[in-house]
Amino acid sequence: MIGIIDYSLGNIQNIKNALEKLEYEYILSSKYEDLKNCDAILLPGVGHFGNAMETIDRLGIREDLLALAETKRFIGICLGMQLLFEESEEGDAKGLGLLSGKITRMETPYPVPHLGWNTLSSQSPVLDGKDVYFVHSFMAENTDSVIATAEYGVTVPAVVKKDNIIGIQFHPEKSGDIGVDMLKQAIEGGL
Amino acid sequence: MIKKRIIPCLDVKEGRVVKGVNFVGLRDVGDPVELAKRYNAEGADELVFLDISKTQNGHDLMIDVIRATAKTLFIPLTIGGGISTVDDIRQLLNAGADKVSINSAAIRNSQLIREASEVFGSQCICVAIDVKYDPEEKDYFVHTHGGSKKTDIRAFEWIAQCASLGAGEFLITSMDHDGVKQGFDIEFLERANRMVDIPIIASGGAGEADHFTELFQKTGVSAGLAASIFHNKEVEIKDLKTDLHQSGIEVRFI
Repeated sequence: MIGIIDYSLGNIQNIKNALEKLEYEYILSSKYEDLKNCDAILLPGVGHFGNAMETIDRLGIREDLLALAETKRFIGICLGMQLLFEESEEGDAKGLGLLSGKITRMETPYPVPHLGWNTLSSQSPVLDGKDVYFVHSFMAENTDSVIATAEYGVTVPAVVKKDNIIGIQFHPEKSGDIGVDMLKQAIEGGL
Repeated sequence: MIKKRIIPCLDVKEGRVVKGVNFVGLRDVGDPVELAKRYNAEGADELVFLDISKTQNGHDLMIDVIRATAKTLFIPLTIGGGISTVDDIRQLLNAGADKVSINSAAIRNSQLIREASEVFGSQCICVAIDVKYDPEEKDYFVHTHGGSKKTDIRAFEWIAQCASLGAGEFLITSMDHDGVKQGFDIEFLERANRMVDIPIIASGGAGEADHFTELFQKTGVSAGLAASIFHNKEVEIKDLKTDLHQSGIEVRFI
């Protein structure tokens, strides 16, 4: 059973679709009671970092998320990946602090957001050389947990991983069959 | 680096795919979900569905088409046609669309662009613009209603205004080129591209693979869109991408 954190931020229909395609059962909830028996937790999210953390605190689920992240495979996607870090310039807010580093506005000579298909570089054969779909304006910095990057006038951390904590900056659920497989590998611990 | 995108466009009426030549004389070419699957397998980078239904039933069928498509394939899906309000946009995104394209409604009420980009993020708000050159005025003007009605809005001014209101992308159709298959409107597209720092999807005029090569060599636009040449298999996306790659243009291979 996969638990998707429900905090009404961004559209999660396509994450649900990808899980259905992979034939996972899932539950959408913000209640610890529902999530504590899940095998893996997905933290999705699109939008503004400051607003997201505010919503998490308004729901009073920050401690629950940290408790889940202690034992379970905990996967942040897009903004959900950024929330894993200590803090962000976007909204000048503190994150969950599960990974060291901060989120800063992307500095590149190219247009921001970094939008479209870009190629991953990684030691992991599941990720290396694959084209995946990005949409974001902020990125992780000063982090030691990067396992895949993409080049966009700046080296963009694309996948971060430390023990059971995984962050995916791009949208695996929008990156074709390859992306759906990456989501599966993240859930199964294959990255 | 970011890849140049190839986007097939499916005109959908009452839940079925149709494509007009110069926007008149529509002709059925199939089931949208089946066509979408074919394009996904061929390596399309994104799909655009334009709902040209005039009835509520048609719009409801479109929602079903989006749901079925989003459950089947996992590439970005943009929906346009008949979108007037923030609630319309919410309904489409909830059904599984990743972006919406707003055309006439933005001209009636330009604040819709601002409102929608604030609520959903500008990354999912694409503004579609149909442009046509007026030889008397010696300038490009915005057209509405599938290109049939001329407005007094100058195209370049409109593009700048949409960008400042929070548009996340443009889908620009050159009416003079659309359906003629003689190539994209390079001059207009490159001028538009230099004006704004926002991705542009170029539409109108593609008749063969070389037209896409020319588009990406002579302009900085992000994507090329076409319909009938893909539907009729005059150009196959896989071969098109091989051609582009051989010309030194970075494209995505699956």
